[in-house]
Amino acid sequence: MPPDNPPPQEVATTAGTPGFATAETKRQRTRLIIRAAGMLPVLLLLCIGFHFLSDGRFFTGQNLGIVLQQAAVNTVLAAGMTFVILTGGIDLSVGSILAASAMAGLIVSTLPDIELLWLPAAVLTGLVIGVFNGALIALLRLPPFIVTLGSLTAVRGLARLLGADTTVFNSAIPYAFIGNASLTLVPGVVSIPWLSVIALLVILVSWLVLRRTVLGVHIYAVGGNESAARLAGIKVRAVLIFVYGVSGLLAGLGGAMQAARLYAANGLQLGQSYELDAITAVILGCTSFVGGIGSIWGTLVGALIIAVLSNGLILTGVSDVWQYVIKGVVIIGAVALDRYRLQGSART
Amino acid sequence: MSDPILEMRRVSKSFFSIKALRNVDLTVYPGEIHALMGENGAGKSTLMKILSGAYRPDPGGEIRIEGKPVRIDGPLGGRAAGISIIYQELSLAPNLSVAENIYLGREISRSGLLDRGAMRAGVGPMLERLGADFTPSTLVAHLSMGQRQLVEIARALHARSKILIMDEPTTALSAGESERLFALIRQLRAEDLAIIYISHRMDEVYALGDRVTVLRDGTLVGSLDKPQIRADTIVRLMVGREVSSFYKKDHDPRASRGGAVLAVVDIADGRRVKGCSVTVHAGEVVGLAGLIGAGRTELAHLIIGASPKTSGHVEIEGRAVNIRTPGEALDAGIAYLTEDRKALGLFLDMSCLDNINLAVLGRDAKLGCVLDRDKGRDRARRAFAALGIRAADTGVAAGALSGGNQQKVLLSRLLATKPKVLILDEPTRGVDVGAKSEIYSIIDNLAKSGTAILVISSDLPEIVGICDRVIVMRAGRVAGEMERTATSPFSQEDIMAFATGMEQLDAS
Repeated sequence: MPPDNPPPQEVATTAGTPGFATAETKRQRTRLIIRAAGMLPVLLLLCIGFHFLSDGRFFTGQNLGIVLQQAAVNTVLAAGMTFVILTGGIDLSVGSILAASAMAGLIVSTLPDIELLWLPAAVLTGLVIGVFNGALIALLRLPPFIVTLGSLTAVRGLARLLGADTTVFNSAIPYAFIGNASLTLVPGVVSIPWLSVIALLVILVSWLVLRRTVLGVHIYAVGGNESAARLAGIKVRAVLIFVYGVSGLLAGLGGAMQAARLYAANGLQLGQSYELDAITAVILGCTSFVGGIGSIWGTLVGALIIAVLSNGLILTGVSDVWQYVIKGVVIIGAVALDRYRLQGSART
Repeated sequence: MSDPILEMRRVSKSFFSIKALRNVDLTVYPGEIHALMGENGAGKSTLMKILSGAYRPDPGGEIRIEGKPVRIDGPLGGRAAGISIIYQELSLAPNLSVAENIYLGREISRSGLLDRGAMRAGVGPMLERLGADFTPSTLVAHLSMGQRQLVEIARALHARSKILIMDEPTTALSAGESERLFALIRQLRAEDLAIIYISHRMDEVYALGDRVTVLRDGTLVGSLDKPQIRADTIVRLMVGREVSSFYKKDHDPRASRGGAVLAVVDIADGRRVKGCSVTVHAGEVVGLAGLIGAGRTELAHLIIGASPKTSGHVEIEGRAVNIRTPGEALDAGIAYLTEDRKALGLFLDMSCLDNINLAVLGRDAKLGCVLDRDKGRDRARRAFAALGIRAADTGVAAGALSGGNQQKVLLSRLLATKPKVLILDEPTRGVDVGAKSEIYSIIDNLAKSGTAILVISSDLPEIVGICDRVIVMRAGRVAGEMERTATSPFSQEDIMAFATGMEQLDAS
């Protein structure tokens, strides 16, 4: 409790506080708005640009559905990655976890009697590996980059081991609708792929956790200043295990989504270098790489930018080789633009 | 008097619509120690940054060095003009040697290869002249803060600077190190260097200053020559009106003092703390004095479970409590204000609101996990009013506040947990005079309401001014303890005697 009687005002207010403070807040507000808008203008510009370059084939109901569907799995992985990067860490193993979870799911789906459990099995596989990563990082105090670089390789091996290094098929996998069907909102007019519905739900829940719960504030606090968080009584280890657990769990969910879409999984090929797309989405979402600053909405925009780029480049008939070059340049350019913009407003 | 080495005429600096500096005229002579004072935000650092070339002043003003008008452009501009700045946070690379640091950016090389030998030889005589007790090849990481300061000075001298600006150089120094630094500064003055000395500490300005210039709200409000330097005059210039009493101690320990709330029994960590026992009663302010490195902060960290103890235990209100983490300390009713609020205390990117509520989010939450924003906003608003935190609103990022206001935000977080015991580690470090006085009255009010308070401080007048009892540590042990009585308050000399071990000499 603060003391009941305020300290006597024996000292004059400091240096012209009122005027200075108001201007300071105003600038902070503008900065916040710029941060919140983030890469949204870039996304819109890309959409409009591709629409004209592709002679109006971009903004069609069918094409937008494809873009949303293509963005779905990466959005889910990037949401988990956002939790991790907000604490100042990194999770390089999500692509491998996705493969291992999809394999585990498909194998369970071929077992009689418990085939319906394939979905929880996939998600649980991801969670367990994620918590294992988190435990190594939080309890043994190993650097996240190195731990998850290790599990990137080890879990990939595990994924191949699970299917004896073959592709596992199941054309009768239960819940296949989540991979291929759409949720009809207005019959015959508006429908959203189930994959995208799941992705949006993941974003929404992530937002709730990050912005509306105690744990969310603790995640930002650990990323902002880990030693201060510890002194403030925050259970830093628990927070770290949680974020890597979430990242693993969402990678497992991503694996389930892929499995349902493909009716198959291959431990070697599935999810190769997905971690890079997820990290890219987070970066494009203006989340600070040192932790403590960022938002899940930014990540959604980032994931959409990546999907729009892939889709738009195909629509405009750019060759596969050039797509890589253009994507890379756009990513660097977008972030450079962002830095430049923030610099203009961030002078204190 | 000789010709001025530095003349600033009508120097102004504005950021957008804010005038940080307004028509400042400053004249500095060679062979003088010119103290620059003012509250945080008064424009001292802006002035410094203009001299170093980090900021370009507004057109209309003029800077002359040795009578010649100069333009200081970019960080190298200051050095080229003969100005060196030693910042509060020293700018040395700890992973490099002393010689490499001094030559940083101007390394000696022979056909592209670094000539370490020549660099070492080049700084040797300089270090000797400054009375350094380390060699040029020592790694900076192995040096104490005082020794690092010496390296900074050597670097400035090596760059043949004629004007040396020091920003609160003693903040991280022990009393002994400070004395050595003062001697060195006087030696530099005798060698005709001009020294601009920025400090919040009155005793330093008394001891060193040949002249004092005071800034307030970006304006130069007065320059005092040596005979006119008096604390009340300076404080009046700084805050703009009289300050009746600086230290505030209204609470009466004999009236309000209750039972022992915190009892630390023979606690040790096997390294820096070698068995210390401390007791603090309800409504009592106990000072923990000692030189830097005596183990005071380490003792506090042991009490709150921030570092593991090898022996001893902690009792709260007579019951032994097992505290293994700072979180458990908070649950037991012990709150700790860190000495390093930026690195270990605040979340600079987060709002004041979040910073204040951080430790009690769980207690406030609905359903055990959902944030209660209204409660938090309410608490932050009350804390702003009660502690007089000056910011536009509670949503402002903590990093944007002045040092004093940051300290109050951090204090609010601790008070939100309603602690029985408050351990304050250097509560007024890097805080301006006005906020200092406010923090003293906050401490006084808390004691009145029955909180047991332990204040770690290197500022002896502060300990004497606000504490009922003082415990002095030396080399990891409690060296002495003194209680204030109505007739005989303890003196700074008594504390120093215990802290340095002189009391043993006196006794024998």
